[in-house]
Amino acid sequence: MLNKIYDWVDERLDITPIWRDIADHEVPEHVNPAHHFSAFVYCFGGLTFFITVIQILSGMFLTMYYVPDIENAWKSVYYLQNEVAFGEIVRGMHHWGASLVIVMMFLHTLRVFFTGSYKKPRELNWMVGVGIFGVMIGLGFTGYLLPWDMKALFATKVGIEIAASVPFIGQMIKVLLAGDATIIGAQTLTRFFAIHVFFLPAVLFGLLAAHFIMIRRQGISGPL
Amino acid sequence: MHRGKGMKFVGDSRIKANHRMPNVPKDYSEYPGKTEAFWPNFLLKEWMVGAVFLIGYLLLTVAHPSPLEGQADPTNTAYIPLPDWYFLFVYQLLKYTYASGPYNVIGAIVMPGIAFMALLLMPFLDTTPERRPSKRPLPTAFMLLTLASMFYLTWESVVNHDWEASKKQGEIKEEVEVVIDESLPGFAIWNGDTGEQAKSCIACHAADLKGGPAAPALAGNQLTAEEVEDIIHNGRGAMPAGQFAGTDEEAKQLAEFIASLKPAE
Repeated sequence: MLNKIYDWVDERLDITPIWRDIADHEVPEHVNPAHHFSAFVYCFGGLTFFITVIQILSGMFLTMYYVPDIENAWKSVYYLQNEVAFGEIVRGMHHWGASLVIVMMFLHTLRVFFTGSYKKPRELNWMVGVGIFGVMIGLGFTGYLLPWDMKALFATKVGIEIAASVPFIGQMIKVLLAGDATIIGAQTLTRFFAIHVFFLPAVLFGLLAAHFIMIRRQGISGPL
Repeated sequence: MHRGKGMKFVGDSRIKANHRMPNVPKDYSEYPGKTEAFWPNFLLKEWMVGAVFLIGYLLLTVAHPSPLEGQADPTNTAYIPLPDWYFLFVYQLLKYTYASGPYNVIGAIVMPGIAFMALLLMPFLDTTPERRPSKRPLPTAFMLLTLASMFYLTWESVVNHDWEASKKQGEIKEEVEVVIDESLPGFAIWNGDTGEQAKSCIACHAADLKGGPAAPALAGNQLTAEEVEDIIHNGRGAMPAGQFAGTDEEAKQLAEFIASLKPAE
């Protein structure tokens, strides 16, 4: 049955080559922990992606309850945390995932650095990877404000002051982020929500696609 | 095999099959040893690693519910801010003399900027073909130095932070609904309508009975009238003894009023 559906689609869209591009390749011995246990260091990139997928899914469910408004943001998070069935789990996964993704990405970066895998011909993929790192930091910074509790507000105040200390364009960055030259308030919350949920994920998806296409094209770097 | 199983498309503008990059798996013969097919053998192992990781992740989630402090209050001027843990090293860096105050730009922009740009441009700074860390001592040394400083700064930030105060300042204050019985004689004393009292109680415990930075809320207390009377005379915790200036009878009435402020059922 599945085969027939596959054949029907394949006859019209020629999907077999696409499938081959994604899945049909060999995994060399030196990255396979089944052969060398120390090769577990090659798992960090995959685990980063795994957590990213969990962040996307749990984030989608969080927006079903979250209200990006200074009156109701905290109340909606409190309600989600204490009243909604499994709300504590969904928010907990998003909260801890935000930290774990930083840890895993950090370890992945160190693996690539210490195996010298960023060298020719993989320079571009390294730069895209550093871009992903920056986007993830941005997601962490913007997401921290959204529960609209005390630590969120005051950490964001400090963060925006740091952004404002950039020479020449600091004030412009501040107004862009906060929505106002002096107030961290309603406008800031909606902007951070939009950046966290729409702008940065859009950039992230583009960079991730580039990262993965380049890995498939170049293959994984050889043993040391 | 022909593309699309040999089907002809009307107005076919696609790149001809023979111009396409060959769809042959990469040659891994340069890698010694046993290769393994990604699909499905290796992917199954990856899923097992993922499953084990997910169990740990869920245990963490269940064992440590994500924190939520009280609702943001921009009028609070005493709050000591703290960023998420992975920004702590920058937070600590900004406390040092030549990275703060007039030199703020150095700590906030110049140093993180140099570090980020060096990371981004790593392939063009370290251009030797050598891959082993021991064969390229300078990049390795710089990276280890950076890691050590990040670890040290994070550590310093953690040990120098007052976590007790941090926990206290963020606590969610319960809003307790209480019924205030204004017919009690103690209410008049609290309000300052009769007797000498009122001002000094309200100074710390607030006119709305909800307390303040120096004193707990009286609304929703769990004390009996005798206990309240004792505290009025003898103090408790940060509250000094002998604050009440009225008569003993008035103290008794005030204690009865305060003891009546129980949470509504």
